[in-house]
Amino acid sequence: MSQPLPSILYCHCQYAQVVPKEVKDAVLRRLCESGVAFEAVADLCEMSARRDPALARLASSGAVKIAACFPRAVKGLFHQSGADLPLDGAEVLNMRVQSAEEVGAALLDGVVRPNLPSKHTAPSVATPPSV
Amino acid sequence: MSLAPALHVVLYEGSGAEPLSADERFGALSTLLEQGYAISRTSVSTVEKPEQGALLVLGKFRATPPATDTGVRFHNLANLAPAQLADLVETARAEADAPRHGAWKPWFPVIDYDRCTNCMQCLSFCLFGVYGVDGEKRIQVQNNDNCKTNCPACSRVCPEAAIMFPKYKAGPINGDLVSDADLAKEKMKVDISALLGGDVYAMLRLRSEKAKSRFSKERDSDKALSERQKCLIKLAAAGDIPPEVLMSLPSPEEIVRRAAEAQAKAAAALAEQ
Ligand code: SF4
Ligand code: SF4
Repeated sequence: MSQPLPSILYCHCQYAQVVPKEVKDAVLRRLCESGVAFEAVADLCEMSARRDPALARLASSGAVKIAACFPRAVKGLFHQSGADLPLDGAEVLNMRVQSAEEVGAALLDGVVRPNLPSKHTAPSVATPPSV
Repeated sequence: MSLAPALHVVLYEGSGAEPLSADERFGALSTLLEQGYAISRTSVSTVEKPEQGALLVLGKFRATPPATDTGVRFHNLANLAPAQLADLVETARAEADAPRHGAWKPWFPVIDYDRCTNCMQCLSFCLFGVYGVDGEKRIQVQNNDNCKTNCPACSRVCPEAAIMFPKYKAGPINGDLVSDADLAKEKMKVDISALLGGDVYAMLRLRSEKAKSRFSKERDSDKALSERQKCLIKLAAAGDIPPEVLMSLPSPEEIVRRAAEAQAKAAAALAEQ
């Protein structure tokens, strides 16, 4: 039997200008053109601070692909809201650094490539700091 | 910040409703996201009402939908301009007594528990009671809204680079991976005792005393205040603590009192570990 398609979550990062507007708009447009079902949230940070129960629903609904920012931050935001994302079933696409084409294509390809950092997988030397 | 459940919106394109064009979908979603809402876009014909909070279902319904049905509101989207859509959702939010979005910039620390060693430096550093401990004496962010917007100061004192502010401009504070070079950076290892008892607060105290004596001599409160401002702005320029955050610090005496209180809390939590 084939695996159910992962759910899709898109974060609009409404209350900061850290995600380029052209990237988030292009990703949202791509989702709208695809006709797939998806969840769109204005600001995951705000939902995490409010401990919105929608985050727990999403985290427990099986495999999920998320377009937002850094995977480490998204993992922490879910945890802090009382809902842990499944380490083996969540892929976070980073609209702060990836292109809209890359994020859009990955969101819609139906395959989850889990990439949340964990104690065991986090490299000690990572990308050079972007300061 | 209210923890009351938010209004959830469904963009419905299941049976009984016309499908939207991609442009209509994008327009409606953009309008609602800018208003701070969370939206499910669905074409299945059942809509699940969340356990908590109100639900508004929007669609181009073929027949007039019921205004409400078992707590779920329906509204026809056909021919609505973006401003009308924004008004309609705002009315539904107010009627459902759901919290308003956007009044507070969601700026607060997020702990990376894969890195955190529970050393309590953040708890003893923060003067605004943002941190606390859970039942197992594990560090926790307890009061998000006490955090000073745009101030990432506590992330500078964490020796493990375990404190993130996802809306910060640069890594690793924004959640980017932590490199060995980041850990080695001097600014990551601010000497907490200097911050709490020494340099910064001592300087503030001194300046404030000078300002006070000048105030009593000159009876010029504006001048005393501008002195204090100048000193604070200098401090802000030295690190990246926004001047408005430094301006909102309590009096030097109160700083010392709160620092002692926070340190005692941290010491008690550490003693019980
Ligand atoms: S999770 Fe990331 S993309 Fe979403 S609101 Fe927070 S900072 Fe922005
Ligand atoms: S300072 Fe860092 S390592 Fe120490 S308790 Fe706070 S978050 Fe954890």
